Amino acid sequence: MIEVQDVYFTYQTTGVEALKGVSLSIRNGEFVAIMGQNGAGKTTLVKQFNGLLKPNKGNVLIDRVNTRNISIAQLARKVGFVFQNPDHQLFSETVEDEVAFALKNFGFNEETIEKRVTWALNLLDLTEYRKTSPFMLSGGERKRVALASVLAWDPEVVILDEPTIGQDHQQKETLRQFIIQLNSQGKTVVIVTHDVEFVAECNPRVTLMSEGQIVADGRARQILTNSDVALKAFVVPPQITQIFQGLADLGFPADVIDVSEAGKILIEHFQAERNKR
Amino acid sequence: MSVFEGFRFRHVSSPIHRLDPRVKFLFVLVMFVAAVMFYELLPLSILFLLPVPFVLLAGVQRQWLRSLRGALFLAVFLFVFNLIFGYLSPGTVPYGMAPLEYASAMLLRFLVLVESFSIFFLTTSPDHLSLALEQSHVPYEFTFAFTTAVRFVPVLAEEAQTIMDAQKARGLELERGNFMKRVRNYIPILIPLIVSAIRRSLELAEAMESRAWGAVKKRTNLYVLKMRRGDLVLIVISVILLVTAVFVRYYVHPLPTITTLLPK
Repeated sequence: MIEVQDVYFTYQTTGVEALKGVSLSIRNGEFVAIMGQNGAGKTTLVKQFNGLLKPNKGNVLIDRVNTRNISIAQLARKVGFVFQNPDHQLFSETVEDEVAFALKNFGFNEETIEKRVTWALNLLDLTEYRKTSPFMLSGGERKRVALASVLAWDPEVVILDEPTIGQDHQQKETLRQFIIQLNSQGKTVVIVTHDVEFVAECNPRVTLMSEGQIVADGRARQILTNSDVALKAFVVPPQITQIFQGLADLGFPADVIDVSEAGKILIEHFQAERNKR
Repeated sequence: MSVFEGFRFRHVSSPIHRLDPRVKFLFVLVMFVAAVMFYELLPLSILFLLPVPFVLLAGVQRQWLRSLRGALFLAVFLFVFNLIFGYLSPGTVPYGMAPLEYASAMLLRFLVLVESFSIFFLTTSPDHLSLALEQSHVPYEFTFAFTTAVRFVPVLAEEAQTIMDAQKARGLELERGNFMKRVRNYIPILIPLIVSAIRRSLELAEAMESRAWGAVKKRTNLYVLKMRRGDLVLIVISVILLVTAVFVRYYVHPLPTITTLLPK
């Protein structure tokens, strides 16, 4: 359970006030997408969840423990954070060592490390690269290694910062299924993203941020189809929603966000038309 | 890292900022030579105070003080060692000087070197610096490499911070363990940093080549450095400083020490 209570945060180096009174509560097992334009404070907010940043004012509680009273390493055990750019963390000679790095830091024994590494590599379809250098892999594969290296210690909360950037359509679809699978296994998943289409297909809870504040919070269907709210945070509704909103005066629903759902509605509509004739 | 803060240029304008970087460098060089020529406390104190008007005129006193504070650790280190060795083997101290005075003089000498270089980098923009190098007939490839290196320092610093965050999020504790362990803790930070710096430099090279870098052998510049009156003044000051320093060194003998100056 993540409790953010009226948090203010200013970056000391630049003097930018990135969070201005943010309150948010994420229950165990929830799937939340934090959205908003660049500089809205999304990454700043999630960095509070594992203690990389501590609030200037207000509190962040992880399972009722204040992040101020606990080390990053202790928090990381519970809250796994996958950074946007895998090149900011890969350093080992083999993929296997890379995945084992965090497990060693957390003091797991050899046997468990071996088991967890095998499990995580298998989970992300990386077993064949076990002895390869991570630097020899493609961008998408490196991203998967970074993800495996976090999932290996089985954190209760998984935070993914911009997971879809630089991924092709196929990889995005794999990622989507993977995230939904993680979530259905009871993990709390938090993603930070700009990718409206990706969020629409996942249909999670959406927390919309703008200029350091939360401007909307609810199901993806409500938030992404509400053009007033979306516009305030500079989020453009998914393309399929835009089409359906354009067709609203013909009697089509205006809150469609999913392509397969849209397909069903259109098929029903045209079948009804044909039956009338 | 505060010592580096004192060498980072910020865009402001002042009479000192507008001086020709070549002339400023000449002044720094003269300061350097003079500081190395003397080991007595009195002339080094004068040298230490000499750049203060420049600092105030340029309005960079805050950053300047910060660079001095950053250098203080090393300066105190020098002081303590000179003091210890001054007492242990009096032969290292010049004749007629107390070890305390000698150690203080060495501390000041170091600070003079740091402060003059600090002023130079605080008041000279990287662009000016590259112009100065170019017009001193340094090949453009070297000039460019130099200024690019200077320009990428903040980028690299930011990247190092991100990498540190990423590794901390994987349970790395930098402050844990004995000395050797702590040094080893930095491997997961240094490798990604070096790899991404190399990758970035390759990308930069490609981007430059695709924009026809080096297509023309002889380059011209939009801005050309010209000596103005202020530059002449600084040249005169530098020459006077150098001549005075040489004169005092060779003809004023012996220089008064603090002990002889203090009222009995």
